[in-house]
This record gives sequence, C-alpha cells and structure tokens, in this order.
Amino acid sequence: MNMEGKPIRVLLAKAGLDGHNRGIQLVGKALRDAGMEVLYGGLRITPQEVVEMSIQEDVDVVGISIFSGGLMTIIPKIYHALQENEATRHIPMIVGGILPPGDAETLKAMGIKEIFGPGSDLEDIVAFIRGLVAESRERERASRT
Amino acid sequence: MFKDDELEAIRKTREEWELTVLGPIMEKWPERKEEFRTQSGHPVQRVYTPEDIAGKSYVDDIGFPGWYPFTRGVFPTGYRANLWTRRLITGLATPEETNKRLKFLIEQGQTGLNIIYDNPTTNLLDSDNPLCEGEVGRDGVPTCTLRDMEVVMDGIDMRQVSTSIIHSGPFILSMYLALAEKRGVPFEQLRGTLQNDVLSQYYTVNMSVVSLRDGFRLSADVVEYCRKHVPRWNPISFVGYQIREAGSTAAQEIAFAIGSAIGYTEELMGRGMDVDDFAPRLSFMFNCHNDFFEEICKLRAARRLWARIMKERFGAKNPLSWLLRFHVQTAGSSLTAQQPINNVIRTTIQAMAAVLGGTNSLHTNSMDECYCLPSEYAARTALRTQQIIAYESGVTNTVDPLAGSYFVEKLTDDIEAEAEDILRQIDDMGGMVASLEAGWVQREIVKASNEYHRKLKSGEIAVVGVNMFQDSEDEEVPIEILRIDPAHERHQVEMLRQVKERRDGEALRRALERMKEDAAAHRNIVPSCMEAVKAYATLEEMRNALQEALGAGKESKDAFIC
Repeated sequence: MNMEGKPIRVLLAKAGLDGHNRGIQLVGKALRDAGMEVLYGGLRITPQEVVEMSIQEDVDVVGISIFSGGLMTIIPKIYHALQENEATRHIPMIVGGILPPGDAETLKAMGIKEIFGPGSDLEDIVAFIRGLVAESRERERASRT
Repeated sequence: MFKDDELEAIRKTREEWELTVLGPIMEKWPERKEEFRTQSGHPVQRVYTPEDIAGKSYVDDIGFPGWYPFTRGVFPTGYRANLWTRRLITGLATPEETNKRLKFLIEQGQTGLNIIYDNPTTNLLDSDNPLCEGEVGRDGVPTCTLRDMEVVMDGIDMRQVSTSIIHSGPFILSMYLALAEKRGVPFEQLRGTLQNDVLSQYYTVNMSVVSLRDGFRLSADVVEYCRKHVPRWNPISFVGYQIREAGSTAAQEIAFAIGSAIGYTEELMGRGMDVDDFAPRLSFMFNCHNDFFEEICKLRAARRLWARIMKERFGAKNPLSWLLRFHVQTAGSSLTAQQPINNVIRTTIQAMAAVLGGTNSLHTNSMDECYCLPSEYAARTALRTQQIIAYESGVTNTVDPLAGSYFVEKLTDDIEAEAEDILRQIDDMGGMVASLEAGWVQREIVKASNEYHRKLKSGEIAVVGVNMFQDSEDEEVPIEILRIDPAHERHQVEMLRQVKERRDGEALRRALERMKEDAAAHRNIVPSCMEAVKAYATLEEMRNALQEALGAGKESKDAFIC
C-alpha cells in the first residue's frame, strides 16, 4: 500500500470543561481544506475517549484544543493515556490553547510535539502536521524493511 | 432631514468638488486601497454628506436622549448625572481569594461587581468531581454551595452594591438570594443582573446540562420569579458578547441577541405575563471590538431596533419597556499574546467606543488575558482605563456627541437594516429556538468567523504585532503572570467536604426531591431551588436532580466545519 498517497487522518477534540470552539473549528477547516481527514471528538473529551477514538479511527495525529486554565493538568493526562497504550503510543499529539510563558516548554519536554498559541498561523499548523506524519511514516517504513 | 433645494445644492457642490479637487488629487496620490470596509464588511465611503441620510427624520429616527426610539441613549442627561457602572469581571482560585480581589477593586473605585465562575461551576459540577481536576478556580471562582457565596460576599454590603452574576439558571442566583435572606436584606433592595441567556450560551459556550428547550424554560422561570419577588434585579441579560467572540459580525451580534430576547419575550407573554411588567428589567450585554465607528453605530442601532420591536411588535406601552440597557465588555478575542502591552491601547479604544455608544455598564479586559487570569496590577490598569475615559477625556460632558455625523447616522442605519433582515430570517424559521435547533445560527456564525480569519490571513484586517509590525525575535513578555497555586484547589475541595459533613441530610433529600418533582411537573423551579440551596445542596446535586427529571442535554455539533 502506498503510504504517501494515504490522506492524513487527524483527531481533533476539545478537552477541559469549557466550550470555546472557535479555534478548533478554524483549525479543522484549514486541515480539511489542505486535504486531510478530520475526525471531530467534540467538547469535554476524556483521556480514555481520546485513546479509544484514536484506535477506532486509525489517526495519524491527535490535536487537542483547550481554553481552560486547567491545561497543565489536563494535557499531561491525555498524553500519558496515549503513551500507556501500545496501540496509540506512536501517535504524535499537538495542542492549541492559551498558556503562560514557560509552560509550552514544559509540555514539549514531556513529549507534546507543538503548542499553538493565540495568533498562530493556520498554514503553519498544516505544514507542521504534514512534517510530523511524513516523519512517522518514514519511520514506520524503515522499521518494516 | 434636509430640504430638496439644499440637497440639490449639496449634490452640485459635491460634483464640482469631485471634478476639480478630488480628481486631480486622486491621480497624484491614489488611495491606499481600492475599497474601504468596516471590520464586519460594510463598505465605507470616502466622505459622507447629508445626501446619505436624506431619507431620515431627525425627530423620528434620531431624536433626543431618553426619548423614543432612544438612538441617542436611554437617559436624558447621558453621563452628566451618573457615569456608567465600572465593573470588572472577577473570579479566581477560591471564594476567599475572589473576595479579596473584589474588595481590592472596590477600594480602587470599581462601582459594581461582576462575578465569573470557573468551568466546573459553569457546568454545574462540584470542585471534588474527578472530571474537574485542574480546573477548579482556574477561569473563575468555584462555587459549589451557599457557603462559597457567603465567603465571596463576606464584608460586602448587598444593599449597596450592584452585582452581575455570569451564570445561567436559578442556581447561583438562589445562593445570592438565600444569602440576602440570611443577612436580613430584603429582596426589594437587591440590585444586579443574572446572565441567564441559555439561548446564546447554547451555541457559544455550548452548555448542555439539560436540553435547549428545558434550559430555556428554567431560565424563563427565573425571570418570572424575579418579577414577583426581586423587583430591581435584571433576571436576564441577552448576550451578544459571546456571539461576537465566536466570530460573528457586528450586525449578527445584535440580531442574534435581540432574537434571543424576542424568544424569551414570547415565552413570558405566553405564560400570561404582561410585557410591561417584565420588559423594563430585560438587559443586554454587547462586545466592543476594534472598528471604532462600527461599534458605536452598532450600539446606537441596537437601541433603536429594540425600542421599535418592543413598541410596535409587542405593543409595550410603558416607556421603560422600550429601553435597551446594556453592559459592554471589550473584545477578549482582539487581545494578542504578541506584544501584550498593546492590549491596553486596544482596550482603551474599544472602551471609548462603548462610552460613545452610550453603554450603561462596562468591563475592560486586562492586558495579560492571552496568558492567564488578570493579575492585580493588570486589573487595576484596566479599571484605570475606564476612569481616565470617565474623568479626563471629556467625552462624558455631552450626550451622544457623534449624533448628526453623516457617517455615524448612515452606518447606524445600515447596521440596523442588516440586523432587521437577520431577524426576519429567524422569524421565517419559526423563531430563535427553532433556528438554533436547526443549526442555522451556528452555521452563520462559523461562516462569519471563517471570513474574518481569511481577512486576517490576507492582511485585509490588520493586527499590529501579529500580521504587521511583528517582533523579529522571541520577545520576553514584559508583564506579570498570575499563576493559580494548586493548593487552592485542594483547599476548595476540603471546604466542600466540610460543608457536606455538616448538612442536615433529611432536609437536603427532601429539597432535592421537591426540585425533581417541580422540574418534572414544569412548575417554576426557583422556590425549590432556593430550598435546596438553603439546605446546602451542591450544584452537582441540583444538576443531577434536574437531569433525573428532564434528561441530559446534548452538545450542539451542527456547526462544526462548514
């Protein structure tokens, strides 16, 4: 099967208890316009739901949008849930939201691939995801040969 | 407004000016853009003249402040007697910390309270629910029981202060009322506003504790109850603010808020209430975004539109029913994480628009909100912004100073016409509840949001520091960052545990049972909610009671990507 030709599949969801979904809508539209398949997990998604949907939908990337001040508690929980499952530990995760300076570095040190804050360029997000997927598909191919 | 011969002379002079003055200049110095538009997309002409408002009547369309149709404001003397209420949104960490911040702001000259709740409280979940871990006190004050309200309001005189409560349904208001009762403050003396607009919440913050129609009914119960028992309280505030933050245009913002107000008015009249009994206590909340004149005109248009709807459509006879009174919050979504000090300047311009648009109450955002909850320093600067406008700028000396500007009057007319057109479409679909259930409103807002971001991307809409004049290197953020200590969450959970331990279990059980019965029987929910609150029921216990009686609501996903 030609991995390069397969459309990129992204799970987008909002974690935390707030309902601000303007950002995730814009990102979702940009990804679809760029030819990716976007699965929307809805608001207030739990770590377990992220893992289940990621497996079910066989996604390449998980993108979590969060506008809650609880970001530094909620994002690590989701990340660890993905890491703890053999079927999802390879799936890269990115985050969109508002956070104080310094916290993004903490999350990246933990393993989150990128944090997109206010004013982020949608094209940068598209390009970043493409880069991530190219990298992981390359790795997968190398491991098979 | 002008005689025919005058208009004819103006036309002739304009044509001569275009030919002899404008033409040559345009050739030498072409304009910066082919066409100029407001942020929401209204075309803006080079120059406006009496020709643009020739069809208008001064008396019928502009008139006097405090005089139908209130284009120039609801109060005859504008800000010459009383300034707007200066109230900053407050809510952080714990009830204790929030109480301290409220007292600080009162000491700094704030004239009203404006309390925001954390995500768990907004969702009617308790601080000790595992789902809420990490979110307690992060975006507002946690309030689980009457105890928390007691702490928030400790040392604050409920007779003196006007309190805005950013929450929906009977829950938090019942706590406020129960506290007043405990302190011996008669309900007649309470002043304030409950947000309570479930319709706009449905598609902006996606509240879904019960179904849209049930939530709508419960919030209308609050209006009905307050009209009987809390006469000076504004039991509902129709929220254009969140609609705008979700990405709408200026005209959509006022149209959807007024659409929601029409929906509630019909519901309450359907219950047999007299429109002149409740309409004087309906209030609104709007946004003020970056386009200065568009925002001013939007507010003027909203006032005129509402006055005519109340008088002509609903037959309201009491002049107080015709008044559109509103609070403004400057646009949170306009703030930038890049070069955050610039947010003070943006907020100043937006606040100035609110004041020139005749706002009755104002919140100004803090410069640091793209990073965290406001620090004390940032909140004080936001308050000072209002005080400088109020006391230094001189704009408060005369009423509606921009009236009669050909541009301002024309743009006011255009926004009003656009909003009227949207309201007609809502009527054709069977009203606001039906339009929401069909997902139409949500889709319209997403379309507008996409369009706004397309313009940001293309540079048609400028944001200094983001799509122009960016800093080339990683800049250090030169502002203080407020961090909420996780110890506050543990404290709040412990306080809740203690409250639960001390309660009279039997009284609590009876109250929740009654709440369930009243909800199922569609009786007004406020009395049983008050009883539950007094028995120190938690929000989540009340949520569960309602969901057992009515079923749970669903998130509206209709608008996702279109």
